[in-house]
Amino acid sequence: MADTREIRARKGPVTYLLRIFVITYLAVLVIWPLYEVGKQTFAPTKEGAEGGISAFLERLSDPSVSYAFNLTGTVAFWAVLINTLFGVGISLLIVRYQFPGRRILSVLVDLPMSVSPVVVGLALVLAYSTGKGWFGEALEGVGIFIIGTTPGLIMATAFVSLPLVIREIVPVLEEIGTDAEMAASSLGASGWQTFRRITLPSIKWAVIYGVVLSMARSLGEFGAVKIVSPGAELRGETATLLIQNRYTNYEEPTAYAAAFVLVLASVLALVVVSLIRKEDHS
Amino acid sequence: MSIEVRGVNKSYGDFVALQDINVSLPTGQLTALLGPSGGGKSTLLRIIAGLESADGGSVEIEGTDATRLPPQKRNVGFVFQHYAVFKHMTVAKNVAFGLEIRKRPKAEIKAKVAELLELVHLSQFAHRLPSQLSGGQRQRLALARALAVEPSVLLLDEPFGALDAKVRKELRDWLRRLHDEVHVTTVFVTHDQEEALEVADEIVVINEGRIEQIGTPDQLYDEPANDFVMGFLGEVTQLGGVRLRPHDIDLSTTPGAPHALAGVIVRALRVGFEVRFTVEVEGQTDPALVVLSRTHARALDLDVGAKVWLRPTTGATSVPVIGAGLGVATA
Repeated sequence: MADTREIRARKGPVTYLLRIFVITYLAVLVIWPLYEVGKQTFAPTKEGAEGGISAFLERLSDPSVSYAFNLTGTVAFWAVLINTLFGVGISLLIVRYQFPGRRILSVLVDLPMSVSPVVVGLALVLAYSTGKGWFGEALEGVGIFIIGTTPGLIMATAFVSLPLVIREIVPVLEEIGTDAEMAASSLGASGWQTFRRITLPSIKWAVIYGVVLSMARSLGEFGAVKIVSPGAELRGETATLLIQNRYTNYEEPTAYAAAFVLVLASVLALVVVSLIRKEDHS
Repeated sequence: MSIEVRGVNKSYGDFVALQDINVSLPTGQLTALLGPSGGGKSTLLRIIAGLESADGGSVEIEGTDATRLPPQKRNVGFVFQHYAVFKHMTVAKNVAFGLEIRKRPKAEIKAKVAELLELVHLSQFAHRLPSQLSGGQRQRLALARALAVEPSVLLLDEPFGALDAKVRKELRDWLRRLHDEVHVTTVFVTHDQEEALEVADEIVVINEGRIEQIGTPDQLYDEPANDFVMGFLGEVTQLGGVRLRPHDIDLSTTPGAPHALAGVIVRALRVGFEVRFTVEVEGQTDPALVVLSRTHARALDLDVGAKVWLRPTTGATSVPVIGAGLGVATA
């Protein structure tokens, strides 16, 4: 590939202009605002006090803050777990099986990506809320409450982040084809053995990648969660809801600190993803 | 009979892939399914393996009805055109796969894998990944993997189709020798008539979903059942009222031989050790093609424009041209 390197090495005024444009764009849109969040996070708590890490930790020491992160962690964990299981299952169904409605299913899977999360939350409330919900009454009868509880938050989060896992796995499944799977079954492997020993190792990186992406998405989910959660302090208040509540209640420093933690989680996810990409290509 | 296929039909929508296929393959034989691409030969092989299901008819393997059996219960070894090796496993692990599934003792698996890798000359690559092997080596690995489970039949779908010409020829010889050593009933699909003629004990010619002829390579070559088989097994030209092979024509520079047809050489093409002459024959619309060895052509001192007399060689295989009216069967 000497040719492309040669082309790349030639730096004209256009190259520099493009670079300046991209860097300015990123700075205005991403870097500067995030820098401000960071600055506020590490600013001294009161005049004369020390800034830095201690200020940051002090802002997060509030029990309602640790409750919020705990809840977000729990919700994200279960949502990702559910998405991984269903995501692999649905991907296999879409790629490996022919059945009526397969194309519709494939389009439906993308729906949560295009529909606003607020609408998702609203739909879940309509379907599951006690009293007027379609399934709500029946579920209430057996003592299960969805709306306003942690299971409701998990459902809303899982709904929103499901496509992330599927969209990673489907192309890989299509690419690896069925030859190896058929070879395994002709060698005597059952469906489950073929899946576990041949299919799963082949899609491993795609699954991990999808999991990391949907984890990042689940941690930051706001719209759907806002609708289904009671959203009160220590009662269904996730990290994103906490940020919004504190911000509107003039407790901005806490909001910034919590926001900074979410940013850190996202950056971590991005680092993991780029490492996976590297591993995948080596 | 090791494999007994009776009345098998298969359609994909409107397309008829196989139509009333009946064939029985004896134990220990190496059979080629030969035919043009899209003729249905791969479909038949996949139906025997259970990778596809027939619309009708039955498949019997070693005396048991396998029509409704899933592939993992048929005890067949299948080798794919594009190897289908397990990319994430080492060469040894690939070969061991079928045995591990069968929960054989570890020591037995180890011994068997070593034996098979020896057989396919891959012993020194046991701990490599398939991505570090060449195409020919990968296909040998796929063969070893299929043989590991001691299948009652070995099915190969265009096994050398993805390899370059030289490796292909080597592997072809090697497959024949391997079969003479292992003696497992083997069926392989190919569209290369030379491959089929060289390797197989018996050839089944399949075209447009139907069997055109079943026979030994000699039978097929010497007594083709019809025009298609004759045309598919080698080059064919027309002389007088018959179709025959270009090398089965006697060319002489003097008249006198009985039934010889006069003509003029219009084109001479030298390809390696042979020379191909295109001859305009009197009273014939299409020119005839004659192939001579280079030395023979040189001895006769032939060139474009020379007048020659052609007749079929004694004992040449020929079939009448349909609608030609000149009913000569064999010269």
